[in-house]
Amino acid sequence: MTTTLKVTGYGVRNLVRSRWLLVYTLFFFAAAEGLLRFSADGTKALLSLTSVVLFVVPLVTIVFGTVYVYGAREFTELLLAQPVRRSQLFTGLYLGLAVPLAMALGAGIAIPFAMNGAARAADAGTLAVLVFAGAALTAVFTALAFLIALRVEDRLHGVGVAIGVWLLFALFYDGLVLLLVALFADHPMEKPVLAMVLANPVDLARVLLLLRFDLAALMGYTGAVFQRLLGGWTGSILAGAALALWVAIPVAIGQRVFRRKDF
Amino acid sequence: MIEITGLDKHFGALHVLRRLDLHIAPARVMAIVGPNGAGKTTLIKALLGLVRSDAGSIRIKDTVVDGDVSYRAGIGYMPQIVRFPENLSGQELIALLTHLRGSTAPRDEELIEAFALGAHLRKPVRTLSGGTRQKLNAILAFLFQPELLVLDEPTAGLDPLSSSVLKDRILSVRGAGRTVVLTSHIMSELEELADDVAFLVDGRVAYVGTLFDLKHMTSQTNLERAVAVMMRRGMAA
Repeated sequence: MTTTLKVTGYGVRNLVRSRWLLVYTLFFFAAAEGLLRFSADGTKALLSLTSVVLFVVPLVTIVFGTVYVYGAREFTELLLAQPVRRSQLFTGLYLGLAVPLAMALGAGIAIPFAMNGAARAADAGTLAVLVFAGAALTAVFTALAFLIALRVEDRLHGVGVAIGVWLLFALFYDGLVLLLVALFADHPMEKPVLAMVLANPVDLARVLLLLRFDLAALMGYTGAVFQRLLGGWTGSILAGAALALWVAIPVAIGQRVFRRKDF
Repeated sequence: MIEITGLDKHFGALHVLRRLDLHIAPARVMAIVGPNGAGKTTLIKALLGLVRSDAGSIRIKDTVVDGDVSYRAGIGYMPQIVRFPENLSGQELIALLTHLRGSTAPRDEELIEAFALGAHLRKPVRTLSGGTRQKLNAILAFLFQPELLVLDEPTAGLDPLSSSVLKDRILSVRGAGRTVVLTSHIMSELEELADDVAFLVDGRVAYVGTLFDLKHMTSQTNLERAVAVMMRRGMAA
């Protein structure tokens, strides 16, 4: 356990000092600050910010994460040559990447809202859900980044796969769902669509947020179905639990790959 | 010190180590040489547990390498190149490894002084030159006074002064009874350092013995030519 925490701690320290993470923080800071200034109220700013988070967090996390894991390959080998268990090392390396990315996102979004006093009771809850959903997406896509970098030996190819995974989840998925719905228009599609929402972490995060805005119908077909079937708490809890699985399963697979890998 | 028996390893269709047997005696410097792709790196990584063998066994002192990690507390590893985390300082890396090794033994800081590296250890790694990073890499291998040192091309990237400092250190730890396994493409360097040579061809040990015997057997006066003769024979075989 202390090994894991130690490796996490040094990972956090290394990234917190990187200029790159500062840029990532400032990006969200500027987006939140800008949206707060130009929107009539905090709720509208949060709604726009949701789109930004759902688009940017998966992309940056998976691409930066994959490049980072490749870059840390030789140092990882040096750590593996120390008397440490691989499972502890993996968890430490994973958290050492996911935690600073999530911290950057949280700070970048929350500080402008706090500064503007826009975090009124109603918005504060939504803001918390936005930060939580962003952190969950960070956790999911960091795990996927580890999986890609561990399984694909060639770096360029690995980054290509990472971009492909992002394109699939963030852009093409809703289109594919719509296509299926159109193809099977004569059949009841609500349950299959619900299952498809559960199979995409970006959709899950979207649903989790849009259930709070009461605007699910505005943002994609899958969100609308989710709200109709599972509005309110049931939907939120189900989406949250599915997101948790989306973190746990890739992390567990990554652990397994890391434990058995020849470096 | 090290007993390797029947070590076998495939990477997919590639048969990298073929039932390799090798004995490495304590308090000696063993050089692993051979053509590219002979399995040198895989052998070293198997010693460190970075690569899992398909068959065969490795015993280091009294421990069989089979998944238990504690034996690595007795090994210092210097990889050929390391990209250290850019924003950490040498001191932080030393602190991290000290913690991971649970090491409370007195540290071997001779190399830090000999390399005059003290001030550089406080700076972030990204500000250090390639040579300085390589010195840091060497320091980390020697720091915890391991009984076994595994050095992969240790002088690559070092200037002549630092390179001779490192070579002196290798000889002095050998003199203190510790074992060194190293690879190098620089035969003159091996000639200076090695007591024994293991010559790998196609994942097997084609020759193992003292440096002196190898030269004698090939009727050559220096190691480079002796190894060249071995490589020609290896290709002919």
